[in-house]
Amino acid sequence: MEDTAVPAGAPTSAGPDATYLDAATAVPPHPVTRQALLAALEDGWADTDRLYASARRARRLLDAAHESMAESLGVRPDEVSFWPSGAAAAQAGVLGLASARARTGTRLVHSAIEHSAVLHAAARHGDAVEVGVDMPGRLDLPAWTAAVTTPGVAAAALISASHEAGTVQPVAEAAAACADAGVPLHVDAAQSVGRLPVPPGWSSLSASARKWGGPAGVGVLTVRKGVRWVSPHPGDDRFRPRATGAASVPAMVAAAASLRAVLAEADVENRRLSALVDLIRSEVARTVPDVEVVGDPVRRLPHLVTFSCLYVDGEALLHALDRRGFAVSSGSSCTASTLRPSHVLEAMGVLSHGNVRVSLHRGVTEPDVRRFLAVLPGLVAEIRAEVGL
Amino acid sequence: MTTLDCRGQRCPLPVIALAKAIRDTPVGGIVRVLADDPAAAGDIPAWCRMKGHEFVGRSGVTFEVRRSGGTT
Repeated sequence: MEDTAVPAGAPTSAGPDATYLDAATAVPPHPVTRQALLAALEDGWADTDRLYASARRARRLLDAAHESMAESLGVRPDEVSFWPSGAAAAQAGVLGLASARARTGTRLVHSAIEHSAVLHAAARHGDAVEVGVDMPGRLDLPAWTAAVTTPGVAAAALISASHEAGTVQPVAEAAAACADAGVPLHVDAAQSVGRLPVPPGWSSLSASARKWGGPAGVGVLTVRKGVRWVSPHPGDDRFRPRATGAASVPAMVAAAASLRAVLAEADVENRRLSALVDLIRSEVARTVPDVEVVGDPVRRLPHLVTFSCLYVDGEALLHALDRRGFAVSSGSSCTASTLRPSHVLEAMGVLSHGNVRVSLHRGVTEPDVRRFLAVLPGLVAEIRAEVGL
Repeated sequence: MTTLDCRGQRCPLPVIALAKAIRDTPVGGIVRVLADDPAAAGDIPAWCRMKGHEFVGRSGVTFEVRRSGGTT
């Protein structure tokens, strides 16, 4: 479909000058990421397990990355391991907890709004039990408590905040229910680490560096001391839980350094971005007819908002926004490789077509958001006019 | 009763067809939609909720909606 309304000279696709509003997928690298990565490339290329001088330098950098990451997460350095992605870390967490309790059973309890990587891990491990959410996307705690209390539960998994709706989950309460039942809990904190305090009560927790402005290709897993965890992978002779093979020390250093920098700015940035999300929530509801702004308006991530427009093809809206220079994502089925609507929107029982997720970061300004809000109603109206509505 | 055969159509097409058909349906009347797109299972009830119509129920690929006082 051609968008003939693009004025001459306007960006024709979301190129380098585009307004990037998909932080929930990946945040553009923080300046500290770039600095740390370049500095660590000089000293961190050698294998950390060898005994010569260059290897010792790389080892010192890796140890420093563990210490810094541990401090940022409020855990011990030897509880931290780095993985090739947030998804790999989440799967290692869930499967590692469950594998250690094979004698108890193979049942894995998880919310209906986990990341697909966790759903696939749970389904492969054995008997996966899904616990629903309400329409704002918040976990059904009584159902969760009942599910983790049944016999044969090896482990449970809960996302700290929905990556699609932004709704913050009652992790402390869910963790208490797990503790009462003696079930270890994995928390996928990919969307909240760097923005919200690390919740209490879990056995293992994972995060993803690119979600806070660190480098892509770095996941973080932390398993508390005393928790039984067995690697779901064959592993190698390296001395602590981690992904198999040699990893990028510079990337790990950059991940740790950027998280520290992001946390130092988090209070100010959260207030700023949360006010912009409030602006989007109210303006979209006011200026776009037949729209459903989804997720909890209060107990939510500071940077993420999702809405669905009746009668609108999500893919067409994404392309129209892209031509105007706005990069956003969608949970609509037409934008998914599976051609199924987002399982998160399905679980919430909200409209899944015409869906747009806008997620903000430190590079997004109020004028950027106001420009987005100015073009959106016209683009939605154009798409609706094409189908006679 | 109006029956819309939207099998093979992807969302939002079944919901668009439903929205158009409800205009010609008297209050209390039923529109039946046949839709096999997985998204219809959530989107037809969501449309009813947003527009103030009654979602009667679903059986397989058959969805039934009753026009209420809601908007068209």
